[in-house]
Amino acid sequence: MTGLFKKIGSWIEDRTGIAKNFLPIMKHPVPPGAKWSYVFGSATLFCFILQVITGVALALLYQPSSNNAYQSLEFITNEAKFGNVLRGIHYFGASAMIILVGIHMIRTYITASYKFPREMNWISGVVLLLCTIFMGFTGQLLRWDSSGVWSSVVAAEQLSRTPLVGKYLARLLIGGDTVGGQSLSRFFAYHVFIFPALIFIFVGLHLYLVIQNGISEPPKQGRLIDPKTYRKWYNNMLKEKGVPFWPDAAWRDTIFGSFVIITIIALAVIFGPPTLTNQPDPSIVHTSPTPDWYMIPFFALFALMPHKMESIAMIIGPILTIALLFSIPFISNRGQRSPLKRPWAMFGVICVVVFVLSLLHIGLNAPWSPHFDTKQLPLTAIKSSSPDSAVIQGVKLFYDKGCEYCHTIHHYGGNAGPNLTTIGNRLSAEALKIRIVNGGTNMPSYGGILSKEELNKIVAFLSTQK
Amino acid sequence: MNEESTNKEDSIAQISRRKFFVKLSLSVAGISAAIAAIPVVSALLAPLLEHPPGQWRTVGKVNDFQLGTTTLVNFIDADPKPYAGVTAKTGAWVRRNEKNDFTAFAINCTHLGCPVRWEKNADLFMCPCHGGVYYADGTVAAGPPPRPLTKYEVRVYNENVQIKTAPIPLTTIGAAKTS
Repeated sequence: MTGLFKKIGSWIEDRTGIAKNFLPIMKHPVPPGAKWSYVFGSATLFCFILQVITGVALALLYQPSSNNAYQSLEFITNEAKFGNVLRGIHYFGASAMIILVGIHMIRTYITASYKFPREMNWISGVVLLLCTIFMGFTGQLLRWDSSGVWSSVVAAEQLSRTPLVGKYLARLLIGGDTVGGQSLSRFFAYHVFIFPALIFIFVGLHLYLVIQNGISEPPKQGRLIDPKTYRKWYNNMLKEKGVPFWPDAAWRDTIFGSFVIITIIALAVIFGPPTLTNQPDPSIVHTSPTPDWYMIPFFALFALMPHKMESIAMIIGPILTIALLFSIPFISNRGQRSPLKRPWAMFGVICVVVFVLSLLHIGLNAPWSPHFDTKQLPLTAIKSSSPDSAVIQGVKLFYDKGCEYCHTIHHYGGNAGPNLTTIGNRLSAEALKIRIVNGGTNMPSYGGILSKEELNKIVAFLSTQK
Repeated sequence: MNEESTNKEDSIAQISRRKFFVKLSLSVAGISAAIAAIPVVSALLAPLLEHPPGQWRTVGKVNDFQLGTTTLVNFIDADPKPYAGVTAKTGAWVRRNEKNDFTAFAINCTHLGCPVRWEKNADLFMCPCHGGVYYADGTVAAGPPPRPLTKYEVRVYNENVQIKTAPIPLTTIGAAKTS
């Protein structure tokens, strides 16, 4: 029996030459000493494969139509066997892919692996990073609940700030003058055909370049890159000390990649996919669109940027960032690779990571958003122990007039404006009136909204907050 | 001697023949690709090629709206695809200023397009996304919005309040600057 299988095997090998041609690639020599820091690229690829497979499975259950997509999402989530887990895997897989592609990029930057002769490795990697982010964004739209609808509007608004062609780009994105029948068809085509095809092409190029230029050796202080001699040195080093990629280096990739996939599935089973929000009806206004976490830093940036420069920054910012990423290997492609000898590069990485994580952190709290669901302050929570009727009415007005959406008093209310729990200590009644009537950059002027009595009651209440 | 010269002539003829075939195959392939691209590019750019004219849509009777109040209405886009379902709908905030004088605000915040909601008691429009706030007349009260809420054309026709459909209001750089 085994004899028969062997015969079939060697016949196939004879007629195809697959092992003959591909085994050497699997076993090609790589530099020794490449340890666990080299596993993030392959882990990203594992995630991508997981995304393709779970994406195909989701496509079997999904209706890519503006009209029915939401109902098919409900079906996948609530009725289809393992549908909920499938959605969860695709969601956590996307999250993992974005995190890993980021770590992979930071690792190549820290060890300066983008330097000669691997400039094109870096450039194809930047294209893959951008494709991954775009996939994350369009994937969130395909959920086609109210957050999906409004995220597409927000993206269209952002694109519309592009000089000259902004209006046309926005219209191309949402497939017309308004969100409608064509919108979801387009997002589906972007997410399922166009960008996966681009990713396949660029992953192919990226891997080809890894073979062509070789895996970069772990950097060593004082060992400089000189384009004139590097290739010769690298080939000699491989001849002397190289180890076969499979299994000497690749076992770590396999173990880590499998660990990542098991973690993704575990998270999907434990937490499940993001819950669906409202129907995708663009006329429903009582909805608070929030993007998925990986888009939150952008969202936060738009809230925090100085408003005057925003229109420009919204489009120039991304263009400059992308241009900078592409130009990194041309700014310096020789010399030191060791992070210990490139302090400014390390400083830059830390700044970028801290910046993005801070935006994510603050964006998840979104202190600038009014808390529409806040409850009226109970009288037990106010400072005055025996409030008179003006104060009691002031508490109610403080809620009715929307003050409490943005100001916290004793754990009630929003965070857009200052906490007013002890405002009576800081501002006199007169100063309070001036502030309320005139407003400020981030506060409406209530002069035209409040009657004199209403104003007095609110001030009476706030003055007791000492 | 004789043989050699024929060989040379042959190879020259061979080279120009080769060049000819290279050019021929590349141009024929190019033409076939270009022809195939026409309908593909047209599908890609379809949203730029169609501009449905605005339609007057009835959103209620005049007396459905009380004087001085702001009400949420919804209407159907100018030229919805038959398969658009609920996405054919758009909302607007309609304010009755005088007996027959109405203002219709787009629900989209001019900052990044999120849906603003009318807070009746506070007399303000508030945006849930980045804290944009507008007064009852649509002017900016606070936060990042670069310009007032966009208005739809609105008219009273046979005791019906009608709104003229329009594209989603987009803030372009020029528009943001002029505010």
